[in-house]
Amino acid sequence: MIRTLFTYIVFPGFLFSAVVGLLAGWIDRKVTARIHWRVGPPWHQNFTDILKLLGKETIVPPGRKVTFLGAPYIGLLGAVCVAGMVGRVLFTGQDGFAGDLIVILYLLTLPAISLIIGASASRNPLASIGGSREIKLVLAYELPFIISVVAISLKTQGTLQLSHLLGFQGEAGSHIASISGILAFCVALLCMQAKLGFVPFDASEAEQEIMGGVLIEYSGLPLAIFKLTKAILLATLPLLLTVLFLGKDTSPLFVVLKFVGIITLFVLIKNTNPRVRIDQSIRFFWGPMTVVALAALGLAIVGL
Amino acid sequence: MSVTLKALTRSIWVFHVSAGSCNNCDIEILDLLTPRFDAERFGIQLIGSIRHADAILITGAMNKKSVPRVKKLYEQAPKPCVVIAVGTCALSQHMFRDSYNVEETLDKILPVDLYIPGCPPKPEAMIDGIVKLVTKLRQGT
Ligand code: SF4
Repeated sequence: MIRTLFTYIVFPGFLFSAVVGLLAGWIDRKVTARIHWRVGPPWHQNFTDILKLLGKETIVPPGRKVTFLGAPYIGLLGAVCVAGMVGRVLFTGQDGFAGDLIVILYLLTLPAISLIIGASASRNPLASIGGSREIKLVLAYELPFIISVVAISLKTQGTLQLSHLLGFQGEAGSHIASISGILAFCVALLCMQAKLGFVPFDASEAEQEIMGGVLIEYSGLPLAIFKLTKAILLATLPLLLTVLFLGKDTSPLFVVLKFVGIITLFVLIKNTNPRVRIDQSIRFFWGPMTVVALAALGLAIVGL
Repeated sequence: MSVTLKALTRSIWVFHVSAGSCNNCDIEILDLLTPRFDAERFGIQLIGSIRHADAILITGAMNKKSVPRVKKLYEQAPKPCVVIAVGTCALSQHMFRDSYNVEETLDKILPVDLYIPGCPPKPEAMIDGIVKLVTKLRQGT
């Protein structure tokens, strides 16, 4: 019991993934700044931002107070659960349970759903535009992502358990070393980019266009919780990709290297692309990405 | 001085209001974010929603149309929040002093924490002003 609580609250759950995620967020801001030929913020900037938000007033717009204030916690809970489940398999070698991959797929949609609920409860027209875009984005990227996960599962004798995925790859080599693996990895990477709300798929939060969109009415503590959820996702999703596709060597050094590598890919995609419109991203995910994911699935069935 | 207030001085999110300026002050403000001055070094970010603001940056000569809107924006900002007046127009109405359309200066409408004079003020002057404001906040006055 205490061990489980420790797993989810301290390591590798809430505290650990929040710290790692905020640091990864700093890497993102620093690299972006260097690409702009700027100096960029100091390493503690994201921690300072969160700390500052805790001291600010929380303004609740007229309307659904409980929903508005409760929504951030739903997303945080989902992200923390995923962080604990992925982290304990990867770092402490625990077994997890049969079917935890499916549970993770469900939990990963919670942060997006909490954003949508919060945005709708705020009664702000710009927030509702952001919320509707978020809904469309979730519908768009879930399809190719799930297909690519199914492809990976088929390559691993149909298992749906993270520890089996890791064990299989430890003996037979990483999935990314095969054709179907690398196709599925590309699809999953872009879907994660959209899940994190990074450019080019940040239409729901477009700062310059709808002023923060879904987050427009949030201030103080709830805003800090949304930022923390983002940070935890930023720490967790690369680890999930590592488990799914790069699971051969899970010694600490290699895990860190793979983590930094995937973060670098995120930041590079973010900085070399403009924001796409929401209809363009739907067409992108339901068109080319789904076709590539289906190709990966077909290749996985014939064993490539 | 509390930890959160200290954090605020290192992470100022700025909301930019143009209350009838000639647009020149606004261009100088945007210069602050360019690679040459890079205000993000100090955690200063321009944000789009007033609910996220720690500082409201106001330019322009407070005409009759913009006064109620500026007041409303200040009410909507989460406290603690500082008000910064940029440019001679916002400070003292400048050449619009005798205009039919402007009645009061900004500091009669809102509690102004920092005045940055100039027409338009140079980005260096704004950085200087922000440093003074941060020092003042850290001393807790
Ligand atoms: S102070 Fe000068 S530059 Fe600034 S808005 Fe007024 S006239 Fe324009």
